[in-house]
Amino acid sequence: MNDHVAPRRPELVCPAGTPASLRTAVDAGADAVYCGLQNATNARNFPGLNFSPDELGKSVDYAHARGAKVLLAVNTFPPAGQFQLWKDAIGIAASVAADAIIVADIGVAAYAAREFPQLRLHLSVQAGASSPEAIRFHCEEFNVRRVVLPRILTVAEIADIHRQIPCEIEAFVFGNIGMMAEGRCSLTNYVTGVSTNMDGVCSPAADVHYEEEADGTLTTKLGSFVIDRYGCGENGGYPTICKGRYSCSAQPEPYYAFEEPRSLNLSALLPDLMRAGVTALKIEGRQRSRAYVRSVVAAFRKAVDEIMTGKQPSLTDLIALTEGHKETQGAFQSKSWR
Amino acid sequence: MPLPLLQPILTLIGTQVAKAQPDVFSRLGPHAQKSFVIDPTDLPFVLVLKPKPEAPALSAWRRDSAPHSHARIAGSFLNLFDLIDGSLDGDALFFSRKLRVTGDTEAVVALRNALDDVDGGVVESITKAFGPLSGVAAMTVSHMRTLGGRGLGSRGLGGRGRNHE
Repeated sequence: MNDHVAPRRPELVCPAGTPASLRTAVDAGADAVYCGLQNATNARNFPGLNFSPDELGKSVDYAHARGAKVLLAVNTFPPAGQFQLWKDAIGIAASVAADAIIVADIGVAAYAAREFPQLRLHLSVQAGASSPEAIRFHCEEFNVRRVVLPRILTVAEIADIHRQIPCEIEAFVFGNIGMMAEGRCSLTNYVTGVSTNMDGVCSPAADVHYEEEADGTLTTKLGSFVIDRYGCGENGGYPTICKGRYSCSAQPEPYYAFEEPRSLNLSALLPDLMRAGVTALKIEGRQRSRAYVRSVVAAFRKAVDEIMTGKQPSLTDLIALTEGHKETQGAFQSKSWR
Repeated sequence: MPLPLLQPILTLIGTQVAKAQPDVFSRLGPHAQKSFVIDPTDLPFVLVLKPKPEAPALSAWRRDSAPHSHARIAGSFLNLFDLIDGSLDGDALFFSRKLRVTGDTEAVVALRNALDDVDGGVVESITKAFGPLSGVAAMTVSHMRTLGGRGLGSRGLGGRGRNHE
């Protein structure tokens, strides 16, 4: 990466699962907060989480009064015959003056662009648009103003894409490293009958069961399938099939068939990302607590501000908040990451 | 403290939180009708929470005589204390195996998310329940946290929170 290029000041885009979490993110220094409604229109449709239309309106007012933006995730794919819920979500976003909606489905994008042309459109990571051609298509057809890139590109590739597209780039810098649109999510759909990409629920909690034995061994299950078995004192992860440990006839010792439970942390790559033309840095974790939001947002706020003043960022240790207490730079550093 | 002496305080806490934080019930949805055992593993009793909007109840039981509940949440007292107060991240505690969940996971997720949406935290809401003595209650909580941090080995969690052993 060219160290002579001055970094641009990026927008820090932070997660909020509840109104209190949104206020926490704004107070901790978020430039923008993303959230979802309490239904299948967003990809974190978990019990007790998300916003009613009234809560969303009040939250937008709170954020705007403090100079922060609110982005509404409407980033699942409508099942056949159920488009109205997604239309309603876009109408709600417009009515509360949300600063943008984050969409994945081209029908939803087309509807929003046609009916609410004043509403800014961001392309969700769920859309899986990772080539200049795919991104340009969404920009030209639906006036998409920003793309959230899938977590499969190196920083050099992001810089290359930046030169070829007419919209802003948002890149994940911390949190879950799920791939979303390349097929693994179909596994949880197969097991539970509930879809990550259409119902917004990955490993629905109703299907998750934890069994701890007297010796401290913890077994996690999704439906009738054992996802993992942790020894006493061994760090745990989410009960998702894509991060489970399995054995088979070819490999009898349990192993991570897809990927290990670990979180993305690009703290050390922030200057490179900012020089690569990334407009917004995104923190994952709408399903996490206010404590997580407060800690991670404050850490990245401080790091970005230090970089912008020419200082070496002092990076806070966030390992205690990572899945399995392990972190990675994933594909952003090297294509050797699987 | 004998459990009969604890019960009036727990009843006061339950009714005060319900009165001050009615939004908690809407976040709980159907799970408000369920019962939860909250098990502070370093104390000689467990709490049973029945967050019914019409009659929320919090009661203390000897660990071996607690009634059947839909879900159990177990951890050290200070971890549970900071968890319900929004000072600790439940997922991080779970990853480090300091929080154990059994039974109805969906109900626990709903409860966790509902409590996390309480501005200022549930503990502040509880201390207000003590009326003229709320200042004393708040000081007691603060003192308890300090002792817990010293005695149980607090360490940084992203520079802000705590992660008690």
